Amino acid sequence: MARITASVYTSHVPAIGAALDLGKAGEPYWQPVFKGYEPSKAWMRANTPDVIFLVYNDHATAFSLEMIPTFAIGCAAQFNPADEGWGPRPVPVVAGHPELAAHIAQSVIQDDFDLTIVNKMDVDHGLTVPLSLMFGQPEAWPCPVIPFAVNVVQYPAPSGRRCFALGRAIRKAVESFDAPLKVQIWGTGGMSHQLQGPRAGLINKAFDTAFLDRLIADPAGLSQMPHIDYVREAGSEGIELVMWLIARGAMNDKPPRVAHCFYHVPASNTAVGHLILENT
Amino acid sequence: MALDKPYKDIPGTTIFDADQSRLGYHLNQFCMSLMKAENRTRFKANERAYLDEWPMTEEQKQAVLARDLNRCIALGGNIYFLAKIGATDGKSFQQMAGSMTGMSEEEYRDMMIAGGRSIEGNRTIGEKK
Repeated sequence: MARITASVYTSHVPAIGAALDLGKAGEPYWQPVFKGYEPSKAWMRANTPDVIFLVYNDHATAFSLEMIPTFAIGCAAQFNPADEGWGPRPVPVVAGHPELAAHIAQSVIQDDFDLTIVNKMDVDHGLTVPLSLMFGQPEAWPCPVIPFAVNVVQYPAPSGRRCFALGRAIRKAVESFDAPLKVQIWGTGGMSHQLQGPRAGLINKAFDTAFLDRLIADPAGLSQMPHIDYVREAGSEGIELVMWLIARGAMNDKPPRVAHCFYHVPASNTAVGHLILENT
Repeated sequence: MALDKPYKDIPGTTIFDADQSRLGYHLNQFCMSLMKAENRTRFKANERAYLDEWPMTEEQKQAVLARDLNRCIALGGNIYFLAKIGATDGKSFQQMAGSMTGMSEEEYRDMMIAGGRSIEGNRTIGEKK
Protein backbone atom coordinates (compact mmCIF):
# COMPACT_ATOMS: atom_id res chain seq x y z
CA MET A 1 0.00 0.00 0.00
CA ALA A 2 1.08 3.59 -0.56
CA ARG A 3 1.85 5.76 2.44
CA ILE A 4 2.63 9.35 3.30
CA THR A 5 6.15 9.57 4.67
CA ALA A 6 6.64 13.28 5.23
CA SER A 7 5.29 16.76 4.60
CA VAL A 8 7.13 19.85 3.41
CA TYR A 9 5.92 23.43 3.90
CA THR A 10 7.37 26.41 2.10
CA SER A 11 6.63 29.86 0.73
CA HIS A 12 6.59 30.07 -3.06
CA VAL A 13 7.65 33.67 -3.76
CA PRO A 14 8.08 34.27 -7.53
CA ALA A 15 11.19 36.42 -7.01
CA ILE A 16 12.96 33.35 -5.56
CA GLY A 17 12.43 31.58 -8.88
CA ALA A 18 13.61 34.64 -10.79
CA ALA A 19 16.73 34.91 -8.60
CA LEU A 20 17.63 31.29 -9.36
CA ASP A 21 16.80 31.50 -13.06
CA LEU A 22 18.82 34.72 -13.53
CA GLY A 23 21.83 33.40 -11.60
CA LYS A 24 21.41 35.84 -8.67
CA ALA A 25 21.28 33.20 -5.91
CA GLY A 26 24.77 34.14 -4.71
CA GLU A 27 23.93 37.82 -4.18
CA PRO A 28 23.97 39.01 -0.56
CA TYR A 29 20.21 39.70 -0.66
CA TRP A 30 19.42 36.11 -1.63
CA GLN A 31 22.21 34.16 0.12
CA PRO A 32 20.39 33.76 3.46
CA VAL A 33 17.25 32.47 1.71
CA PHE A 34 19.03 29.75 -0.24
CA LYS A 35 21.26 28.88 2.72
CA GLY A 36 18.10 28.06 4.66
CA TYR A 37 17.22 25.45 2.05
CA GLU A 38 20.64 23.74 1.91
CA PRO A 39 19.66 21.22 4.64
CA SER A 40 16.39 20.68 2.78
CA LYS A 41 18.16 19.74 -0.44
CA ALA A 42 20.35 17.26 1.46
CA TRP A 43 17.25 15.86 3.15
CA MET A 44 15.51 15.53 -0.23
CA ARG A 45 18.46 13.60 -1.67
CA ALA A 46 18.23 11.13 1.22
CA ASN A 47 14.43 11.00 1.20
CA THR A 48 13.36 11.28 -2.44
CA PRO A 49 9.77 10.04 -2.58
CA ASP A 50 8.06 8.15 -5.39
CA VAL A 51 5.45 10.88 -5.78
CA ILE A 52 4.89 14.41 -4.44
CA PHE A 53 1.34 15.63 -3.84
CA LEU A 54 1.90 19.36 -4.13
CA VAL A 55 -0.70 21.76 -2.72
CA TYR A 56 -0.34 25.27 -4.14
CA ASN A 57 -2.40 28.07 -5.58
CA ASP A 58 -2.64 29.24 -9.13
CA HIS A 59 -2.02 33.01 -9.47
CA ALA A 60 -4.38 33.92 -12.33
CA THR A 61 -2.40 31.66 -14.64
CA ALA A 62 -4.24 28.44 -15.48
CA PHE A 63 -7.47 29.81 -14.00
CA SER A 64 -8.70 33.27 -14.98
CA LEU A 65 -12.04 34.61 -13.73
CA GLU A 66 -13.76 32.33 -16.26
CA MET A 67 -13.52 29.41 -13.86
CA ILE A 68 -12.52 29.45 -10.20
CA PRO A 69 -12.39 25.94 -8.74
CA THR A 70 -11.92 25.83 -4.97
CA PHE A 71 -9.99 22.54 -5.13
CA ALA A 72 -8.53 21.26 -8.43
CA ILE A 73 -6.51 18.06 -8.81
CA GLY A 74 -4.15 17.67 -11.79
CA CYS A 75 -4.64 14.22 -13.30
CA ALA A 76 -2.59 14.72 -16.49
CA ALA A 77 0.60 12.89 -17.46
CA GLN A 78 2.51 16.16 -17.64
CA PHE A 79 2.23 19.85 -16.85
CA ASN A 80 4.17 22.60 -18.60
CA PRO A 81 5.68 25.59 -16.75
CA ALA A 82 3.46 28.59 -17.56
CA ASP A 83 4.28 31.92 -19.17
CA GLU A 84 3.12 34.28 -16.41
CA GLY A 85 3.95 37.37 -18.43
CA TRP A 86 7.74 37.27 -18.06
CA GLY A 87 8.08 34.15 -20.26
CA PRO A 88 8.01 30.55 -18.90
CA ARG A 89 10.53 29.68 -16.17
CA PRO A 90 13.43 27.63 -17.61
CA VAL A 91 12.62 24.60 -15.46
CA PRO A 92 11.81 20.99 -16.42
CA VAL A 93 8.35 19.89 -17.48
CA VAL A 94 6.49 18.44 -14.48
CA ALA A 95 5.58 14.76 -14.88
CA GLY A 96 2.29 13.82 -13.23
CA HIS A 97 1.07 10.55 -11.75
CA PRO A 98 -2.30 10.01 -13.46
CA GLU A 99 -3.07 6.68 -11.75
CA LEU A 100 -2.57 7.90 -8.19
CA ALA A 101 -4.21 11.26 -8.97
CA ALA A 102 -7.33 9.58 -10.37
CA HIS A 103 -7.43 7.23 -7.39
CA ILE A 104 -7.20 10.11 -4.92
CA ALA A 105 -9.87 12.08 -6.80
CA GLN A 106 -12.28 9.16 -6.73
CA SER A 107 -11.67 8.43 -3.05
CA VAL A 108 -11.78 12.04 -1.84
CA ILE A 109 -14.93 12.93 -3.80
CA GLN A 110 -16.67 9.95 -2.21
CA ASP A 111 -15.58 11.41 1.12
CA ASP A 112 -17.64 14.56 0.30
CA PHE A 113 -14.87 16.87 -1.01
CA ASP A 114 -16.02 18.04 -4.43
CA LEU A 115 -12.75 18.29 -6.35
CA THR A 116 -12.48 19.67 -9.87
CA ILE A 117 -10.61 17.23 -12.09
CA VAL A 118 -8.11 18.91 -14.42
CA ASN A 119 -6.62 17.00 -17.35
CA LYS A 120 -4.84 19.91 -19.02
CA MET A 121 -3.12 22.71 -17.10
CA ASP A 122 0.04 24.80 -17.07
CA VAL A 123 1.65 25.26 -13.66
CA ASP A 124 2.96 28.58 -12.37
CA HIS A 125 5.54 29.68 -9.80
CA GLY A 126 3.30 28.48 -6.98
CA LEU A 127 4.25 24.94 -7.95
CA THR A 128 7.66 25.31 -9.59
CA VAL A 129 9.37 27.55 -6.99
CA PRO A 130 8.98 24.95 -4.19
CA LEU A 131 10.42 22.30 -6.53
CA SER A 132 13.40 24.57 -7.27
CA LEU A 133 13.96 25.29 -3.58
CA MET A 134 13.94 21.61 -2.64
CA PHE A 135 15.71 20.13 -5.70
CA GLY A 136 17.86 22.97 -7.05
CA GLN A 137 18.26 23.09 -10.82
CA PRO A 138 18.22 19.50 -12.16
CA GLU A 139 17.75 18.51 -15.82
CA ALA A 140 14.56 16.70 -14.84
CA TRP A 141 12.55 16.66 -11.58
CA PRO A 142 13.48 13.48 -9.68
CA CYS A 143 9.91 12.22 -9.23
CA PRO A 144 6.35 12.70 -10.49
CA VAL A 145 4.20 15.45 -8.97
CA ILE A 146 0.43 15.66 -8.54
CA PRO A 147 -0.54 19.34 -8.64
CA PHE A 148 -3.37 20.29 -6.31
CA ALA A 149 -4.55 23.87 -6.80
CA VAL A 150 -6.55 25.72 -4.13
CA ASN A 151 -8.42 28.95 -4.80
CA VAL A 152 -6.99 31.72 -2.63
CA VAL A 153 -7.38 34.47 -5.26
CA GLN A 154 -11.09 35.26 -4.97
CA TYR A 155 -12.32 35.48 -1.38
CA PRO A 156 -13.30 33.29 0.37
CA ALA A 157 -10.62 30.64 0.24
CA PRO A 158 -11.70 27.37 1.84
CA SER A 159 -11.53 27.49 5.64
CA GLY A 160 -8.58 26.09 7.55
CA ARG A 161 -10.93 23.57 9.11
CA ARG A 162 -12.04 22.32 5.69
CA CYS A 163 -8.44 22.16 4.45
CA PHE A 164 -7.36 20.13 7.48
CA ALA A 165 -10.25 17.67 7.01
CA LEU A 166 -9.44 17.41 3.29
CA GLY A 167 -5.87 16.48 4.23
CA ARG A 168 -7.25 13.61 6.30
CA ALA A 169 -9.31 12.40 3.32
CA ILE A 170 -6.21 12.56 1.11
CA ARG A 171 -4.29 10.48 3.67
CA LYS A 172 -7.02 7.83 3.60
CA ALA A 173 -7.01 7.87 -0.22
CA VAL A 174 -3.23 7.43 -0.45
CA GLU A 175 -3.28 4.59 2.08
CA SER A 176 -5.79 2.70 -0.05
CA PHE A 177 -3.71 2.87 -3.24
CA ASP A 178 -2.52 -0.61 -4.11
CA ALA A 179 1.18 0.00 -4.81
CA PRO A 180 4.08 0.43 -2.37
CA LEU A 181 4.64 4.13 -3.06
CA LYS A 182 6.30 6.60 -0.70
CA VAL A 183 4.33 9.83 -1.03
CA GLN A 184 5.23 13.26 0.29
CA ILE A 185 2.65 16.00 0.62
CA TRP A 186 3.75 19.61 0.33
CA GLY A 187 1.82 22.67 1.47
CA THR A 188 3.01 25.93 -0.06
CA GLY A 189 2.39 29.69 0.01
CA GLY A 190 2.59 32.29 2.79
CA MET A 191 3.86 33.27 5.22
CA SER A 192 2.75 36.81 6.12
CA HIS A 193 2.60 39.10 3.11
CA GLN A 194 0.37 41.68 1.50
CA LEU A 195 0.88 42.65 -2.13
CA GLN A 196 -1.81 45.29 -2.51
CA GLY A 197 -2.95 48.68 -1.29
CA PRO A 198 -1.30 51.13 1.12
CA ARG A 199 -0.75 48.30 3.66
CA ALA A 200 1.44 46.38 1.16
CA GLY A 201 4.65 45.09 2.70
CA LEU A 202 3.02 43.90 5.91
CA ILE A 203 5.05 41.29 7.79
CA ASN A 204 4.02 39.75 11.11
CA LYS A 205 6.83 37.65 12.51
CA ALA A 206 5.01 36.92 15.78
CA PHE A 207 2.04 35.53 13.88
CA ASP A 208 4.26 33.47 11.57
CA THR A 209 6.35 31.88 14.29
CA ALA A 210 3.25 31.06 16.35
CA PHE A 211 1.73 29.50 13.21
CA LEU A 212 4.81 27.31 12.70
CA ASP A 213 4.74 26.20 16.34
CA ARG A 214 1.03 25.36 16.30
CA LEU A 215 1.28 23.61 12.93
CA ILE A 216 3.74 21.20 14.54
CA ALA A 217 2.09 20.74 17.92
CA ASP A 218 -1.60 21.68 17.63
CA PRO A 219 -2.74 21.48 14.00
CA ALA A 220 -6.36 20.63 14.83
CA GLY A 221 -6.61 23.70 17.06
CA LEU A 222 -4.86 25.86 14.48
CA SER A 223 -7.30 24.72 11.81
CA GLN A 224 -10.12 26.46 13.74
CA MET A 225 -8.58 29.90 13.12
CA PRO A 226 -11.05 32.01 11.10
CA HIS A 227 -10.21 33.73 7.80
CA ILE A 228 -10.31 37.19 9.30
CA ASP A 229 -7.35 36.38 11.55
CA TYR A 230 -5.19 35.42 8.57
CA VAL A 231 -6.19 38.48 6.57
CA ARG A 232 -5.86 40.97 9.41
CA GLU A 233 -2.72 39.54 11.02
CA ALA A 234 -0.81 38.00 8.09
CA GLY A 235 -1.94 40.25 5.22
CA SER A 236 -4.42 39.79 2.41
CA GLU A 237 -2.15 37.26 0.70
CA GLY A 238 -1.19 35.57 3.99
CA ILE A 239 -4.42 33.59 3.65
CA GLU A 240 -2.40 31.22 1.45
CA LEU A 241 -1.36 29.59 4.74
CA VAL A 242 -4.62 27.61 4.84
CA MET A 243 -2.98 25.37 2.24
CA TRP A 244 -0.40 24.24 4.78
CA LEU A 245 -3.25 22.68 6.78
CA ILE A 246 -4.08 20.31 3.90
CA ALA A 247 -0.56 18.88 4.06
CA ARG A 248 -0.63 18.76 7.87
CA GLY A 249 -3.99 16.99 7.88
CA ALA A 250 -2.54 14.27 5.66
CA MET A 251 0.06 13.36 8.31
CA ASN A 252 -0.74 10.67 10.88
CA ASP A 253 -1.99 11.55 14.35
CA LYS A 254 1.30 11.00 16.20
CA PRO A 255 3.66 13.92 16.92
CA PRO A 256 5.88 14.36 13.84
CA ARG A 257 9.66 14.56 13.79
CA VAL A 258 10.80 18.07 12.84
CA ALA A 259 13.54 17.49 10.26
CA HIS A 260 14.07 21.17 9.47
CA CYS A 261 12.65 24.61 10.27
CA PHE A 262 13.60 27.94 8.70
CA TYR A 263 12.26 31.50 8.75
CA HIS A 264 13.58 34.60 7.01
CA VAL A 265 12.40 38.13 6.15
CA PRO A 266 12.26 39.25 3.38
CA ALA A 267 12.09 37.65 -0.02
CA SER A 268 10.75 40.53 -2.08
CA ASN A 269 7.45 41.36 -0.26
CA THR A 270 7.17 38.18 1.74
CA ALA A 271 8.20 36.35 4.89
CA VAL A 272 9.72 32.99 3.96
CA GLY A 273 8.73 30.09 6.20
CA HIS A 274 9.76 26.48 5.77
CA LEU A 275 9.25 23.22 7.67
CA ILE A 276 9.92 19.56 7.03
CA LEU A 277 7.91 17.12 9.15
CA GLU A 278 8.40 13.36 9.06
CA ASN A 279 5.74 10.87 10.07
CA THR A 280 6.78 8.81 13.09
CA MET B 1 -29.70 39.20 4.80
CA ALA B 2 -26.34 40.75 4.02
CA LEU B 3 -23.20 38.66 4.24
CA ASP B 4 -20.82 39.35 7.11
CA LYS B 5 -17.72 41.14 5.82
CA PRO B 6 -15.48 41.63 8.85
CA TYR B 7 -12.52 42.47 6.59
CA LYS B 8 -13.94 45.89 5.66
CA ASP B 9 -12.23 47.57 8.63
CA ILE B 10 -8.67 46.53 7.75
CA PRO B 11 -6.73 49.65 6.76
CA GLY B 12 -5.21 50.00 3.28
CA THR B 13 -6.63 46.66 2.16
CA THR B 14 -9.29 45.67 -0.39
CA ILE B 15 -10.36 42.05 -0.21
CA PHE B 16 -11.10 40.62 -3.66
CA ASP B 17 -14.49 39.13 -2.86
CA ALA B 18 -17.41 38.23 -5.12
CA ASP B 19 -18.60 41.86 -5.36
CA GLN B 20 -15.16 43.15 -6.37
CA SER B 21 -14.76 40.26 -8.80
CA ARG B 22 -18.06 41.14 -10.49
CA LEU B 23 -17.05 44.82 -10.79
CA GLY B 24 -13.65 43.96 -12.18
CA TYR B 25 -14.43 41.05 -14.46
CA HIS B 26 -13.50 42.70 -17.77
CA LEU B 27 -10.58 44.64 -16.27
CA ASN B 28 -9.09 41.40 -14.95
CA GLN B 29 -9.78 39.48 -18.14
CA PHE B 30 -8.02 42.24 -20.11
CA CYS B 31 -5.01 41.75 -17.80
CA MET B 32 -5.19 38.01 -18.39
CA SER B 33 -4.92 38.57 -22.15
CA LEU B 34 -1.43 40.02 -21.56
CA MET B 35 -0.12 36.55 -20.80
CA LYS B 36 0.22 36.06 -24.56
CA ALA B 37 3.32 37.64 -26.10
CA GLU B 38 1.48 38.85 -29.20
CA ASN B 39 -1.10 40.64 -27.06
CA ARG B 40 1.63 42.33 -25.02
CA THR B 41 3.10 43.63 -28.26
CA ARG B 42 -0.25 44.92 -29.50
CA PHE B 43 -1.02 46.56 -26.14
CA LYS B 44 2.34 48.31 -26.03
CA ALA B 45 1.94 49.54 -29.62
CA ASN B 46 -1.36 51.31 -28.85
CA GLU B 47 -2.65 51.00 -25.29
CA ARG B 48 -5.84 52.97 -25.79
CA ALA B 49 -6.88 51.04 -28.90
CA TYR B 50 -6.20 47.73 -27.18
CA LEU B 51 -8.20 48.75 -24.10
CA ASP B 52 -11.11 49.83 -26.31
CA GLU B 53 -11.46 46.22 -27.45
CA TRP B 54 -12.63 45.37 -23.91
CA PRO B 55 -16.03 46.26 -22.37
CA MET B 56 -14.34 48.03 -19.46
CA THR B 57 -15.57 51.30 -17.91
CA GLU B 58 -13.81 54.51 -18.92
CA GLU B 59 -12.63 54.86 -15.31
CA GLN B 60 -11.00 51.43 -15.45
CA LYS B 61 -9.27 52.26 -18.73
CA GLN B 62 -7.95 55.56 -17.32
CA ALA B 63 -6.65 53.78 -14.21
CA VAL B 64 -4.78 51.28 -16.39
CA LEU B 65 -3.32 54.00 -18.62
CA ALA B 66 -2.15 55.90 -15.50
CA ARG B 67 -0.80 52.63 -13.96
CA ASP B 68 -2.71 53.64 -10.81
CA LEU B 69 -2.90 50.23 -9.16
CA ASN B 70 -4.81 51.44 -6.09
CA ARG B 71 -7.48 52.86 -8.40
CA CYS B 72 -7.50 49.64 -10.45
CA ILE B 73 -8.09 47.66 -7.24
CA ALA B 74 -10.89 50.00 -6.12
CA LEU B 75 -12.53 49.36 -9.51
CA GLY B 76 -12.44 45.59 -9.12
CA GLY B 77 -8.90 44.71 -10.16
CA ASN B 78 -7.05 41.88 -8.44
CA ILE B 79 -3.33 42.12 -7.85
CA TYR B 80 -2.49 38.76 -9.46
CA PHE B 81 -4.25 39.90 -12.63
CA LEU B 82 -2.86 43.45 -12.48
CA ALA B 83 0.61 41.93 -12.18
CA LYS B 84 0.33 41.03 -15.89
CA ILE B 85 0.43 44.78 -16.66
CA GLY B 86 3.54 45.09 -14.52
CA ALA B 87 5.13 42.16 -16.32
CA THR B 88 4.36 43.83 -19.64
CA ASP B 89 6.06 46.99 -18.34
CA GLY B 90 9.05 44.99 -17.07
CA LYS B 91 8.28 45.75 -13.41
CA SER B 92 8.95 43.38 -10.53
CA PHE B 93 6.28 42.44 -8.01
CA GLN B 94 8.14 44.50 -5.43
CA GLN B 95 8.01 47.58 -7.65
CA MET B 96 4.29 47.06 -8.18
CA ALA B 97 3.49 46.51 -4.50
CA GLY B 98 5.63 49.48 -3.49
CA SER B 99 3.86 51.75 -5.98
CA MET B 100 0.64 51.43 -3.97
CA THR B 101 2.13 52.57 -0.66
CA GLY B 102 3.10 56.16 -1.40
CA MET B 103 6.74 55.27 -0.75
CA SER B 104 9.59 55.49 -3.22
CA GLU B 105 10.93 52.26 -4.64
CA GLU B 106 14.04 52.60 -2.48
CA GLU B 107 12.10 53.41 0.71
CA TYR B 108 9.85 50.39 0.19
CA ARG B 109 12.77 48.06 -0.48
CA ASP B 110 14.55 49.34 2.64
CA MET B 111 11.42 48.84 4.73
CA MET B 112 11.22 45.22 3.57
CA ILE B 113 14.89 44.58 4.34
CA ALA B 114 14.35 46.07 7.81
CA GLY B 115 11.61 43.49 8.49
CA GLY B 116 8.60 44.83 6.59
CA ARG B 117 5.63 46.96 7.59
CA SER B 118 4.76 46.44 11.24
CA ILE B 119 1.39 44.99 12.16
CA GLU B 120 1.22 47.39 15.11
CA GLY B 121 -1.24 50.15 14.24
CA ASN B 122 -2.23 48.37 11.04
CA ARG B 123 -4.89 45.94 12.22
CA THR B 124 -7.99 48.14 12.22
CA ILE B 125 -8.97 51.47 10.67
CA GLY B 126 -8.61 54.22 13.27
CA GLU B 127 -6.39 52.14 15.54
CA LYS B 128 -3.86 54.17 17.54
CA LYS B 129 -0.31 53.62 16.26
